[in-house]
Amino acid sequence: MRLGFKIAVRFLKSNLGQTFLIVLGIAIGVSVQIFIGSLIQGLQKSLIDKTIGNSAHITVLSAEEEEETENQEIIEDYDLLYQEILGINAKIEDAVVVADYPAVLEYEEDSQSVLVRGFDLAQAEAIYEFSDRLVEGRIPKETDEVMLGIDLKDKYKLKVGDFVTLITNKGNVDEFIVSGFFDLKVSSVNKTWAVTTLKSSENLFGLDRTITSIEIQLAEANVFDADLVADQIRQTLGAEYEIEDWKSQNEQLLSGLSGQSISSIMIQVFVLISVVLGIASVLAITVMQKSRQLGILKAMGIKNSAASYIFLFEGFLLGILGAILGIAFGLGLAYSFTKFAINPDGTPVIALFISPSFIAGSGVIAVVASVLAALVPAIRSSKLNPIDIIRNN
Amino acid sequence: MEKIMELRNIDKIYGTQIQTQVLYDINLSFEQGSFNSIIGQSGSGKSTLLNIMGTLDRPTNGQVLIKGIPANEMTENELADLRNTSIGFVFQFHYLLPEFTAIENVLMPFQIQTGKITKEIRNKAEEYMDLVGLSQVRNNPSSKMSGGQQQRTAIARALINRPSIILADEPTGNLDSDSTETIYELMRDINQKLGTTFIIITHDRRIAEKADRIVEIKDGRINLDIRK
Ligand SMILES: Nc1ncnc2c1ncn2[C@@H]1O[C@H](COP(=O)(O)OP(=O)(O)O)[C@@H](O)[C@H]1O
Ligand SMILES: [Mg+2]
Repeated sequence: MRLGFKIAVRFLKSNLGQTFLIVLGIAIGVSVQIFIGSLIQGLQKSLIDKTIGNSAHITVLSAEEEEETENQEIIEDYDLLYQEILGINAKIEDAVVVADYPAVLEYEEDSQSVLVRGFDLAQAEAIYEFSDRLVEGRIPKETDEVMLGIDLKDKYKLKVGDFVTLITNKGNVDEFIVSGFFDLKVSSVNKTWAVTTLKSSENLFGLDRTITSIEIQLAEANVFDADLVADQIRQTLGAEYEIEDWKSQNEQLLSGLSGQSISSIMIQVFVLISVVLGIASVLAITVMQKSRQLGILKAMGIKNSAASYIFLFEGFLLGILGAILGIAFGLGLAYSFTKFAINPDGTPVIALFISPSFIAGSGVIAVVASVLAALVPAIRSSKLNPIDIIRNN
Repeated sequence: MEKIMELRNIDKIYGTQIQTQVLYDINLSFEQGSFNSIIGQSGSGKSTLLNIMGTLDRPTNGQVLIKGIPANEMTENELADLRNTSIGFVFQFHYLLPEFTAIENVLMPFQIQTGKITKEIRNKAEEYMDLVGLSQVRNNPSSKMSGGQQQRTAIARALINRPSIILADEPTGNLDSDSTETIYELMRDINQKLGTTFIIITHDRRIAEKADRIVEIKDGRINLDIRK
């Protein structure tokens, strides 16, 4: 083993140009893999972030049609339910109670319909991060304070501190002070949400301790289990409740993403195959080039297995060097991509997702592939008969 | 004297379609510590015979016994071990590994055997380099040495594992007569000091006559076998 390694190193050093070319070949393969992989993963992550970043992963609604107010099915006495939901599955990170009702917003001569969303606003941070999303003003604290989407501010030239009127379907009317504006990066939300406290919403709609839904947030690593967790909640809570999850609501997006993943894997597999073929053919030539040396070594009594280790080690060393260089190239490529392919505001067009485990995985695959590619030359060298070399001088 | 190498009824036929018989029923044995030469015209079968003795080639019929053990009953790995520990080869075209220095080449058979180099063996290798008169150039790349130096390196390499037999195929075939003289004296010296058995193919009668025994091969048969 040790001798095989030593001879492999010498063989590689004795032909630096060729060694460098193979290493470069592997490195290019690895860097393409890393770049494409990081690009696709980044793309998918940002798409998923946009889809579920600031929205509930799972929503629990009432399924009882008779208990309707303001055309909404309601949930009364939600405290027990809330506690129960939090305990259903460890993947559930947070839950937020919400009272959602439609209303009409009036400001000076204008009016439009809005969705009044009453939250326990401290709780709602878990999903909506209003403190980060706030563009101006502050989050509603007192009753009769409302926070509006940024689009409404521009549309009606509203300012923090202005008074707006909210009118419910039943005809309840109340004046609210605009406490601030938020931007949740989704225009339909920015145009129609009027966020207020649970208390204000109860007052406005004349309801007490009544909500319309409980929104659930999963830990980041578990977002793709939303459908499974939703199933479990459905089973636990029974038919009284309707459970929605983001995955079922975004099936098209998800199938698009999985198609993209498959094509990215295909690209990576083909890159890998061409790298393996490249190494295998160059190493096969190396066996020919070194057949004289192998003949001498065998005449001196090196065993066939030890002779084959030489080439396995060559493959291994080439793989290691290629992987290291390839990772450096790949990261460099990714870095320059995020530096040069940028939006007018300086943010990258696509935020690459640099996953250390993916990069390490690509490196390991390159090393394994290189060793596998060295298998054919290794077998050849173990089969080489020294007499053929000695006889033909 | 103990027979260290014995050939019994050796035939060698090359080819399958067109068969050429190169060796005919060779019976020959060599004693431990002897210094032997094999002569004969080019194409008479000397190299074929030597390669069979060195277990590099297999006879078509007959048996090779090395230290009394039949080579045809050994596995490939056992043969490799045998070549490594008991036989030293010196070929006409010195066959050093160009990727290694002279002393690394000398140490190679030892490394094949044990995997690592100890201080003692390094000293011993330096001693052998000294013996063949190459202590000055021992760290040179082997490819950067003259033909005579390479051949002397090959002899030091053949000695490193203290083999009982050294098989040399025209070791001075492409050297000038001064180098030729030096190398024969060196081998004779080693034979006397270390008791190593030498079987040397040569086309140089002058050199052959210095051996204890001359075997002449003619058309694949033993034509002469002279002992002094
Ligand atoms: N692989 C082979 N196939 C066929 N004939 C061979 C082969 N090797 C050697 N020969 C023939 O065997 C004969 C003996 O060769 P060799 O042992 O090299 O002779 P020498 O060493 O005495 O010059 C020659 O005629 C040579 O052409
Ligand atoms: Mg010959």
